Amino acid sequence: MTTDRLLPTDEAAAILDLAADIADRELAPRAEAAEENGEFPREALRTLGRAGLLGLPYPEEHGGGGQPYEVYLQVLETLAQRWLTVAEAVSVHTLACYPLAEYGAPEQRERWLPDMLGGELLGGYCLTEPAGGSDAAALTTKAVRDGGDFVISGTKAWITHAGVADFYQVFARTGGPGAAGISCVLAEAATPGINPQKPERKMGLNASPTAIIAFDDARVPTERLIGDEGTGFRIAMSALDAGRLGIAACAVGLAQAACDYATAYAKDREQFGTRIIDFQGVGFMLADMATQITAARQIVLHAARLKDAGRPYSVIAAQAKLFATDMAMKVTTDAVQVLGGYGYVRDHPVERYMREAKVLQIVEGTNQIQRMVIARAMGK
Amino acid sequence: MNIVVLVKQVPDSGAERSLAGDGWSVDRSGGTNVINEMDEYAIEEALRLKDETGAQVTLLTVGPDHAVDSIRKALSMGPDAAVHVSDEAVAGSDALGTAKVIAAALGTLEYDLILSGAESTDGGVQVLPHLLAELLDIAALTGARKVTVEDGGLLVERQTEDGYEVLRASGKAIVSVWDTINTPRYPSLKGIMAAKRKPVTTLTLADLGVDAATVGRSGAATTVLSAEPRPARGAGVKVADNGDGGDQLVAYLTAEKFV
Repeated sequence: MTTDRLLPTDEAAAILDLAADIADRELAPRAEAAEENGEFPREALRTLGRAGLLGLPYPEEHGGGGQPYEVYLQVLETLAQRWLTVAEAVSVHTLACYPLAEYGAPEQRERWLPDMLGGELLGGYCLTEPAGGSDAAALTTKAVRDGGDFVISGTKAWITHAGVADFYQVFARTGGPGAAGISCVLAEAATPGINPQKPERKMGLNASPTAIIAFDDARVPTERLIGDEGTGFRIAMSALDAGRLGIAACAVGLAQAACDYATAYAKDREQFGTRIIDFQGVGFMLADMATQITAARQIVLHAARLKDAGRPYSVIAAQAKLFATDMAMKVTTDAVQVLGGYGYVRDHPVERYMREAKVLQIVEGTNQIQRMVIARAMGK
Repeated sequence: MNIVVLVKQVPDSGAERSLAGDGWSVDRSGGTNVINEMDEYAIEEALRLKDETGAQVTLLTVGPDHAVDSIRKALSMGPDAAVHVSDEAVAGSDALGTAKVIAAALGTLEYDLILSGAESTDGGVQVLPHLLAELLDIAALTGARKVTVEDGGLLVERQTEDGYEVLRASGKAIVSVWDTINTPRYPSLKGIMAAKRKPVTTLTLADLGVDAATVGRSGAATTVLSAEPRPARGAGVKVADNGDGGDQLVAYLTAEKFV
């Protein structure tokens, strides 16, 4: 079914049309083979970048699209419906640009942001470490001042775009233990000493490289410190609030793809001389899938509109991420069920959707962390 | 150089299409209207020449009010301005009627070159460029797969079934293009924003001095005798393979002129 959307402007409709057009022609036809072969769609991302879709929620004066999150997230959803790897890439890139865009000094923004938002470059976000991601305040990667440089040493893990990114937003310890000792540094990927390792062999999203990055005394000029020293943790958490909405929107798009596929199948497939969608057992399952998707989409958009209005949105963002990604897991699992045996084989995309949905419950804060954020706010 | 690109809004050929209430014309009221696919190649060719020579590119369309949606989308690819002829009396025009309206609209514009798609996905008669050339008394270089601007003229390669012909023209000309000529660019966010500020002039038949009686259904030189909705998809043919399956397939494909 076509999603009926209330969009804020005519250009928002045109931007969504453009995203759908590029996704239909450049992404959807390539997704299956690239996931099978683990090929990162770098050129497709350049096409999106040239169309102006890699900097949507950032100010036009720095080369961004000047669009509200409400519009940006629906673009992500549109992309995720065709290929999750690409939508997630856009979300991660947007996340990696967030610290500079929101916390950078004016001259830093003027100097680096236009290139980062211009569409040719791709970013990565280096927060998580092998020993933990949920307890980010305990991170151990060090950045030590030496002359005009920070010398960064340590190990970052589960880094999306490791080895293919052009820049990394790195969180490292410049001071004592705890959250107050963490700072945020924008590093060029080509910096000697930044060494991406072999990509992880994942359950899904195989076209998107995820790897450990070893920082072996990588020297990054101190002028690349974003925000004040010691404010890195606050920046990281703020970026993740926004990033969670991105993942939630990806989940909605992925679930919509699974639901659409299962619905088309159920309308075509006959058993006992009847379309299986006309059996209540299948029809009701599809009805629940569609309803859950609609509900998730509305939480995501509500959170986006609060953010756009400048209101606090941390808790609703956690709820959106939690609900949308749990929903996507359930909907993609049910889509496999609707296809029966055909759902379990790679001739149909729904088993891939199911494998891909799982990671959305884990990244950008596990869904347990989301519940913690929500419960803590309730307990105040 | 001034280039005018003829653009038509058509029902999306990828979506379900139906006949209007009159039983013989295409229903254009639905939401799934798009820029005629071949016209996007004409726009791209105009933009390519704009990039090369600094030409001014103006879009010209004849269609109902909602055709402006396609105009805005086309403008977001990069053309400079658009002219939209919208008049109830044009509805039901045949190709000749449409050509008269376009010729009159072109009379209000400066142009050296007119570009159009070689055919539309709704009418598909492929005669409009020829009719216009006749009405305007200019050269018709149709079915192009390549366009080159030379000193004081045009060089066009016309696609044929087994190769191409080389056509030359000096002076004003209309060139229609096939989808082999280029790869249309995507609009961009900047283009979408800029399109909002580009001038779109809306004209009526009265503005153009066209007598409404000479166009539309009543003024048409051709008549649609009948139109039928496409029949529902049949059950298809099943070939049982008793050793001669291959022969049966070949016979079927040959009979249906697929091979």
